[in-house]
Amino acid sequence: MSSRVFGEPIKRLEDPRLLTGDAVFVDDVERPGMLHVAFLRSPYAHGRLHAIDLTDARSRDGVIAAFAADDLGAYWQHGPLLVPPPPIADAVFYPRTQVPLARGKVRHAGEPLAVVVATSRYIAEDALDDIVYDLEPLDVAIELEAALDADAPRIHEDLDSNLAADVRQQKGDYAAARAAADVILERRFTYDHGAAAAIENRGVVADWDRRAERLTVWDTTQAPIPIRNGLAGLLGLSESQVRVVAPFIGGGFGPKIMMFYPEEMVVPWLAMRLGKPVKWIEDREENFFATTHERSQIHQAEIALDREGRILGVRDDFLHDTGAYNPYGLTVPINSQCTLLGPYRVPAYDSRFRAVFTNATIVTPYRGAGRQHGVFVMERLLDLAARELNLDPVEIRRRNVLEPDEFPHHHEIIYQDFSELVYDSGNHRPAIEKACAMIDWERERDGAGIQGEEPAGTVDKRRGVGLVCYVEGTGIGPYEGARVTVESSGSVSVSTGIGTQGQGHFTAFAQVVAEQLGVAVERVRVVTGDTRAFHWGTGTFASRGAVVAGNACHAAALAVRAKILRHASEALEVDEADLELVGGEARVVGAPQRRIALGDLAQRANPLRGAVAPGTEPGLEATSYFGPSRGATASGVHAMEVEVDPSTAMVEILRYIVVHDCGTVINPMILDGQIKGGVAQGIGNAFYEQLIYDSEGQLQNASLMDYLLPTAAEVPPIETAHLVTPSPLNPLGTKGAGEAGAIPTGALFAQAVENALREDLPDLEILEIPLSPNRLWELMCAARGEQA
Amino acid sequence: MKPAPFRYFAPETLDEALSLLAEHGDEAKPLAGGQSLVPAMNFRLAQPAVLVDLNRIAALSFIRPDDAGGVVVGAMTRQRAVEHSELVAARAPLVTETVPYIAHAQIRNRGTFGGSLAHADPASELPAVALALDAQFTLACRSGQRVVPAEAFYTDLFETACGHEELLVDVRLPTAAAGSGFAFEELARRHGDYALVGVAVAVQRGADGTLIDARMAYLSVGPGPVLATRASASLLGTRGETEALRVAASLAAHEDIVDPPSDIHATAAYRRHLIEVLTVRALTRACSRAQEGA
Amino acid sequence: MDDSALIDVALTVNGTHYQRQVESRLLLSDFLRHDLGLTGTHVGCEHGVCGACTILLDGEAVRACLLFAAQVRGSTITTVEGLAAADGTLHPLQEAFRQAHGLQCGFCTPGFLLTLVPFLAENPNPDDREIRQAISGNLCRCTGYQGIVDAVRSLSRTGAPKPAHEAET
Repeated sequence: MSSRVFGEPIKRLEDPRLLTGDAVFVDDVERPGMLHVAFLRSPYAHGRLHAIDLTDARSRDGVIAAFAADDLGAYWQHGPLLVPPPPIADAVFYPRTQVPLARGKVRHAGEPLAVVVATSRYIAEDALDDIVYDLEPLDVAIELEAALDADAPRIHEDLDSNLAADVRQQKGDYAAARAAADVILERRFTYDHGAAAAIENRGVVADWDRRAERLTVWDTTQAPIPIRNGLAGLLGLSESQVRVVAPFIGGGFGPKIMMFYPEEMVVPWLAMRLGKPVKWIEDREENFFATTHERSQIHQAEIALDREGRILGVRDDFLHDTGAYNPYGLTVPINSQCTLLGPYRVPAYDSRFRAVFTNATIVTPYRGAGRQHGVFVMERLLDLAARELNLDPVEIRRRNVLEPDEFPHHHEIIYQDFSELVYDSGNHRPAIEKACAMIDWERERDGAGIQGEEPAGTVDKRRGVGLVCYVEGTGIGPYEGARVTVESSGSVSVSTGIGTQGQGHFTAFAQVVAEQLGVAVERVRVVTGDTRAFHWGTGTFASRGAVVAGNACHAAALAVRAKILRHASEALEVDEADLELVGGEARVVGAPQRRIALGDLAQRANPLRGAVAPGTEPGLEATSYFGPSRGATASGVHAMEVEVDPSTAMVEILRYIVVHDCGTVINPMILDGQIKGGVAQGIGNAFYEQLIYDSEGQLQNASLMDYLLPTAAEVPPIETAHLVTPSPLNPLGTKGAGEAGAIPTGALFAQAVENALREDLPDLEILEIPLSPNRLWELMCAARGEQA
Repeated sequence: MKPAPFRYFAPETLDEALSLLAEHGDEAKPLAGGQSLVPAMNFRLAQPAVLVDLNRIAALSFIRPDDAGGVVVGAMTRQRAVEHSELVAARAPLVTETVPYIAHAQIRNRGTFGGSLAHADPASELPAVALALDAQFTLACRSGQRVVPAEAFYTDLFETACGHEELLVDVRLPTAAAGSGFAFEELARRHGDYALVGVAVAVQRGADGTLIDARMAYLSVGPGPVLATRASASLLGTRGETEALRVAASLAAHEDIVDPPSDIHATAAYRRHLIEVLTVRALTRACSRAQEGA
Repeated sequence: MDDSALIDVALTVNGTHYQRQVESRLLLSDFLRHDLGLTGTHVGCEHGVCGACTILLDGEAVRACLLFAAQVRGSTITTVEGLAAADGTLHPLQEAFRQAHGLQCGFCTPGFLLTLVPFLAENPNPDDREIRQAISGNLCRCTGYQGIVDAVRSLSRTGAPKPAHEAET
């Protein structure tokens, strides 16, 4: 038999549980006597809370308790600043973090004012109507540019303005580059990203065992260990008294790593205060207001090129909507700032951003985490430059991408992981050529704009193609750990601290370990997301699970392998070098009848009687950690063919191609799934999804009826190809892949639609995402010089 | 998102249901398929004190031919049954063409023909189709029944001629006469969404090939389904030439439909534009079908 | 009968007979999950859009969040727990999902399965367009749908057999 499991499309080990309904999600947790929670949320985006009276709510049948901010006593405090600002010279940053229940002021619609605990969620919701409160509406700051005006309503009154951060990073001498340029193009771009809208909303169940003095919390978090540590601190408990379980999670995509959400602070407190298990499950309406978003940036950007189309420099000045609070620091705008540079040689870069407080839901990373915004600006600038220089869009990219001998490539600015932005490795040109071949670029580009094949002749459609490039900084530190144990049955257990939300960790980590131990992948049982199973870690975010936790699993597996070989060498009386681990056994190479099962070795390593040598560690077990020196840079090229109905501005995506390079691949099936799922979210971002606020700061489309997630009818088949340029930064050579699919789609969509309409509207410039049929029609009217 | 409390009744006969409605007046709400009402209740946008569940009244679920060559559909007939009915396909093909546009299969499995018509959502497909077909609505109350033509049934936004103590019991769809043609067109953001604009068209050619009847009804362009009477009239006597269709489309967009709404999915200007585009497309198909049938 | 009066509901779920008393407003999705402990039916939106709570009611795919438990008296329901055989052997559609990587987080998956079981019974040989239309009332945020379409296509010649508990009777 072949023991090779690493790199194979192994079917997922977790699937049977998920397919049969056996997998436990947070809302599936039932505890005896459990109570249910509903939050009263602010109807206003900005308001002064003068009074709140819970008397009637408390007296309703079935209501156990109700609390407002003052009832929390000393427990009431601001949430932690999750990500402090990176060490960038002269960076201005004003941290203002959320609170468990509003006191004095509310700063976005949906901010919780009070909490009701009842015997059922139905009754808890009934009781919300009983709460009497005096909330004086204030003028709102919702529009990004206006929020910076001197006379804009002040969201945090202790600050001089709504400015949350002001950061400038520079590389080279942009002024000199500009002076030397043959072509200079400047445009204003807006890019609005939306809600992650995982199909599972958030939820927290907390159970305080008074007699054991132990708190158990089931939480839809991507970061159970930091939640455990934080809760212990907040509640005055030892970390050993708090167990946080992130069981199966129904999609994360970023917002589930925000911490602490107000509900995450309040629900465990309720459980301890009331001495009863307490459950809060976010409903879909709450999700739109209370779960973090990504939203808008407005860029004023300029590119300077020579007449051959080579980039001399880029200047960018952008505003970033950070929402009512900024617990996630600068991660999102720094990702925009850094990712803008793409796979290109950019000798001079001058980028400033200002983050702005607005009366809207908090902004934290959502799949792509600001990278989309930067990629859109750069790719659109290149498209405009190509048009100006009469170059093919692919050709201008060919002329600017970094070549393999230019790595590691230093960008001389600071990335979100606090280290210099350095690309570890890459091989972009073959990716471009591969994508061109897959979409038949020359033919399609020439043929673009011609009408599709419509039998009735009533609808003349236009076809177009596009191709864009991007990089993704992935797999950032600080670290993750893993413990690998060979059990006496011969099974292997693996524990790691990160949570899992569908990325196939139960399978991918099993593959990493099985590869080293020579066991069948089905014999490896992985536990993630349970702080009792593994004590240390940070979480699943920034496309880092396979890189950081994967390499920790690899390191632990190597350490266990060494122990196995040592014990087997003693047992079989051969040199370690003459042993191989195959089929769950240690065998002598060339004499496979001389062998011993791993389970037997595990027993030998954990004897019940007799003496062991001093310093011996029992068992075939090892715990290892991996912390990369910096993030690994994945990259890719996406291409698309669209068909536009010029009468209605409806767009159909006919083909979608991804050529992706995330280094060594652990499981190509899972990787493919990550890419395709990301593309679907990118398509949503490009043409369907937008959080629409009115001038009062009210979200206008807070339902899945009106916030349009793409369905199977909108997402086309996606063709993928993978190139492998291993990362030199970790032993497995892996790079992250979780966000790649979603990053360049908006930029690609804009290019392809412009191409489709180029015969009719040669001057059409799409400088904003998302589009909608309505908005595209307006842009088309404007390009024709008509009023929409 | 849990509904507020209500009293629940599940009568098994129409008489029982009508008695319950009479007893509880405007506190009561009939529950048909529930595919619009229950979401509204879950958001607590609707909080009826009494629900009269019609799903156990077997007598309201039927599709049968009428003597005049048309078809009568019981109000509680599931949309899916209508979608797959051969009788409906033969006698009211516009309905068969349109029903698949209503949401998704799971919704049509539960959603009812009469429930959708009586809910009177201006974005719904079936009210516009009923207008285009000149359908006749039978309303019952304890004291008897009356028949109301579709045009008179729809009075305002989510408002109909159906009183609190009345129930829509069936809908009569006239047969497609010789020389008639029909088409339904809508533009939705995603498959199964409410349309930004939709139009149902029924036309009829006379023996000389000219149009002797035309009815065009729109959804999502006003407080209810809107019949474009001037546009329809402009087509009479023409052969449905391209220019005639354009004139009709322009009349529909600018004279019949006076005030298309602006909302988060579409501006009034875009809706007006779509009315013209979709009208031409629907009329083109309807006229060509009418040719075939003549 | 006052607001809190309980209503008797007797029904069959996955071949097992249940009798319970429910409040009139109890959603069928909550009844299945919390009263009967069948937590495989997931709740994603409670307004009938996401499709995660799709179940079979008398053989037809419907949203459990848009029905009251009181309404299903005397009905026969199939949930995801009723698809696999008693010995744990996956239903062919479940197996196809696994083979084609038709699920990631798995939260939406039960709704897809129960939408597709009757669809495949009626349309044993659908093309991709028909498959995509059939599942367009179910939202998946992870897969991009392609694995799901592939899974259905892999079964399209044979059609998916009935759920295990129905096949046995």
